[in-house]
Amino acid sequence: MSDKSPDKPKVAFYWCASCGGCEEAVVDLAEAILDVVAKVDIVFWPVAMDFKRKDVESMADGSITATFLNGAIRTSEQESMARLLRSKSQLLVALGACSHLGGIPGLANLFDRASLMQEVYVHPPSTINAEGTLPQTHYQDNGHSVELPALHETVRSLDQVVDVDYYIPGCPPTPKTFLAAVQILLGSELPVKGTVLAPDCALCDECPRKDTKPEKPVFTEFKRPQQMLVDEEKCLLAQGLLCMGPGTRSGCEALCVRGNMPCSGCYGPTSRVRDQGAKILSCLASLVESKDEAEIDRVLSTIPDPVGTFYRYGLPGSLLRRKKPGVRQAPLPSR
Amino acid sequence: MLSRQPSASETSQAKFEPRIVAFFCNWCTYLAADLAGTSRMKYAPNVRVVRLMCSGRVDPQFVLDAFAHGADGVFIGGCHPGDCHYQEGNYKTLKRYHLLKRVLKEMGIEEDRFRLEWISAAEADRVRTAINQMVEKVRDLGPLNLELKDLENAYAEEVLV
Repeated sequence: MSDKSPDKPKVAFYWCASCGGCEEAVVDLAEAILDVVAKVDIVFWPVAMDFKRKDVESMADGSITATFLNGAIRTSEQESMARLLRSKSQLLVALGACSHLGGIPGLANLFDRASLMQEVYVHPPSTINAEGTLPQTHYQDNGHSVELPALHETVRSLDQVVDVDYYIPGCPPTPKTFLAAVQILLGSELPVKGTVLAPDCALCDECPRKDTKPEKPVFTEFKRPQQMLVDEEKCLLAQGLLCMGPGTRSGCEALCVRGNMPCSGCYGPTSRVRDQGAKILSCLASLVESKDEAEIDRVLSTIPDPVGTFYRYGLPGSLLRRKKPGVRQAPLPSR
Repeated sequence: MLSRQPSASETSQAKFEPRIVAFFCNWCTYLAADLAGTSRMKYAPNVRVVRLMCSGRVDPQFVLDAFAHGADGVFIGGCHPGDCHYQEGNYKTLKRYHLLKRVLKEMGIEEDRFRLEWISAAEADRVRTAINQMVEKVRDLGPLNLELKDLENAYAEEVLV
């Protein structure tokens, strides 16, 4: 892609438990990617270029200037790649919500491995698996031995496995967020270790509907966008919609809100908040209008899935991290 | 299906003393606890009291952080409805409590580990009975084991399949 030059910073990209959207965000830089590529040497990027693990293994420790790793850590392979890339890189950057906080795959922490295996391989309506065959990590056939990565019980964010230098938030990070972060990293002065490379204020601050936000929105019901005709100008909270904006870091330029959909919280919390879900829960619950216990319960029951809503992108990175281990699981809902 | 391990929990059950973190409001429940003390009432010594200006100051993060740092139960004490020194603080607590309870349940934390009580400055006996009740209930439930080191140990020891 570019001439190998000793003075250009070497950059690597890798993905773990993720959907590929963060890789897409890199490609979405469009022409701007050429500026980035002119300044760096890409030494590892399996999704776009032909590199193998052994290429990374043969590099000297610390020889990669920066690795952008997206995806949460669930399998033994992801864990070992994360460790390998950590040792080869001067800077390890968690790219995207999964790597930053656990992301959508992190919602698997509401279940245990055994019940997930049953759900995926034994019970799906389109599968007949009377013997209950499950994937194996080792398989021997005709003298050939085949190995598959093993699955951990818990999904973890990248920093729960290896030391992380910086974070780029978002599901996926917008090209603008990614580019701004790369420019910061290419700059002469690096920010404090652990910095999330996006503005440090709530999304409401850059929301185009900011001026229509009442001082105190009140809720008599939490509505969902499909239940109503959503006004395109007015603050979504004022319309009774559950918008995560007040509890979410800005930087995406309120893309979802511009599309007339409430924020679902993918940029994670600001630096003053440790647990995004708890904080937005606190905010929204206290905006319930009624003071009567039964009515409070009724209004709150219009949030059908509080954990999936408030921790959609950050269950592994939250204070509790996962459902209490060893608790007997409720059976998964049948279809 | 995961079964409880009888040997481990039973042996720890015998010695198990629950650790309860209690957030008391400065104007009502803390004064009631103070009164219980000056009245020489005895209640279970398992409670670590944190005094806050208002129960409305209890950020749900405090509750989760307490559980994540080894608390087996969390108790919030505030003024009776209508009595809040700041007019509405305890109503905010009530609303957050109702939603947080649902989150905790989904996260596998038993309902009896999290309790909200309205206790006025005069109700010293209510402090005693509410705390004693809670300690007994949590003792029956056993340790929560949500401390980070427990999770890390579980992670290190798990058998990969």
